[in-house]
Amino acid sequence: MTYTAGIDVGSTYTKAVVLDESGAIAGRIMKPTGFRLSEVGRDCLWEAVAAAGLERPDVEYVVATGFGRHQVDESDVHVTDLTAASRGAAHLFPGTRTILDVGGQTMKATRLGEDAKVKSFRLNDKCAAGTGAFLEKTARYMGYTTQEIGPLVATSKEAIPISGVCAVFAESEVINHLSQGAAPAEIMHGAIVSLVGRSLQLMKRVRMEPEFTLIGGILRFQRMADVIREELGTEVNVPEGDMVQFTAALGAALLGQRRLSRLREDVA
Amino acid sequence: MAYVAGVDVGSTQTKAVIIGEDRTIAARSLVPTGANVIRAAETAFEEALAAGDLQEGEVEYVVGTGYGRYKVTFGNTQVTEISCHGRGAVHMFPNTRTVVDMGGQDTKAIQVSPGGEIVDFCMNDKCAAGTGRFLGAASGALDIPLDELGPTALRGTRAVKISTTCTVFAESEVLSWLGKGKKIEDILLGVHQSIAARSAGLLRRVGVEEEVTFTGGVARNIAMVETLNERLGLTVNVSEESHYMGALGAALFALDHLLVRRTPTAVAGKGAES
Repeated sequence: MTYTAGIDVGSTYTKAVVLDESGAIAGRIMKPTGFRLSEVGRDCLWEAVAAAGLERPDVEYVVATGFGRHQVDESDVHVTDLTAASRGAAHLFPGTRTILDVGGQTMKATRLGEDAKVKSFRLNDKCAAGTGAFLEKTARYMGYTTQEIGPLVATSKEAIPISGVCAVFAESEVINHLSQGAAPAEIMHGAIVSLVGRSLQLMKRVRMEPEFTLIGGILRFQRMADVIREELGTEVNVPEGDMVQFTAALGAALLGQRRLSRLREDVA
Repeated sequence: MAYVAGVDVGSTQTKAVIIGEDRTIAARSLVPTGANVIRAAETAFEEALAAGDLQEGEVEYVVGTGYGRYKVTFGNTQVTEISCHGRGAVHMFPNTRTVVDMGGQDTKAIQVSPGGEIVDFCMNDKCAAGTGRFLGAASGALDIPLDELGPTALRGTRAVKISTTCTVFAESEVLSWLGKGKKIEDILLGVHQSIAARSAGLLRRVGVEEEVTFTGGVARNIAMVETLNERLGLTVNVSEESHYMGALGAALFALDHLLVRRTPTAVAGKGAES
């Protein structure tokens, strides 16, 4: 059996996936990224290899992606996160034409051609108001952790409008709403609606078309997908469970598989 | 002597200044704004009265300013903080043509005429980059009190270039530089330079005409003054009262009102209510 791996060093979490040659996931691991990028990349890979019941030499080709990909010294090659995420999304949902990826410190919209190659993309990585950090800050102003966002917002019935121009200015807005007796769940819901507003702008700029596939750590909050579905008025694909976070790592491992088979053809 | 007051309710701190008819400062106070804005305004005023050993009745006119100016419930009227900072700066430095006011959540560039009138202004209202909050984020991330940021930064020799614009992301950038072994003083020098660059950009939009007066809470930060001087290629005026400039300007407006109120009463005479 031949194995490949993908390591996605994201701004907030690092993910590693080990694939067998049938394309099935043999092992996967996720850890907070922190500041030692090469170490966290290596640790994730080695632990994913162990989780698959393998030894490091069993994995023949490793592809790194994500913002910290250049710091990963365990990899054979690195690819951009757009390429890796597109490959992963198209693998999980072959009809994918538009991908929205919302992570801790970035938001990306990508449009794919019929060959599943990247046709157009737009990024936001300059302003926290358009990324997961906005939700994280809003939660923190109200005394909630990131982990509590999902359960909290699940109880909301109505969103309280949050302007969402700046994650820092949101603090006064949140405090104002709280002092007027608004429920934290509804404020959180409002923050999600505001973030979705920003993501629609980004998707419009790549000339979105169905099918839509939503990925990235922020999509683990089901409300996010619900609001996008409402706003788009159409069905959207969301990878199951924590696979929303592993899509780019999976794509990287798949690209590794293809690269490896080409290398072998060249040798033969 | 009659007294008047200005209360400047800022996003982070509330300042009150009481002046006499002779335009000298009789008392001042500073309290955190917190969540109860009305209470903050009251407390600041009470503390200023106590500091000046004055009774509430002795203060004949009160002007509220700052983002929470409408919460100064005991105020006679309100004036925008742009006008107040311009007025305060010109009072302290009569040759002021440009004012840069750096507060907790906003930075403003104000152009004033030789007569002290506001000609033009520009402020960041959509984004906290380049405001006092940027320093707050660095202070939190590095665990250094706000007051020590300036002196620490001035010990820096090789400034670290801060590449992020967003205050939220700057917090993680600061930590990542620390993780890469950069010195705290060099990181902080870079943080100050980054804010100075953004403020200079804002100033250029209204036009930088000398003299430039630097007001607001951040003007107390010595590294901010130096990096701004360096960036602008001139020396900005900084008053001991920089933090109270908005409240002082409000008090000066209050004095105008008081004098106007007196004049018609004296002349109007017939049938006037008072």
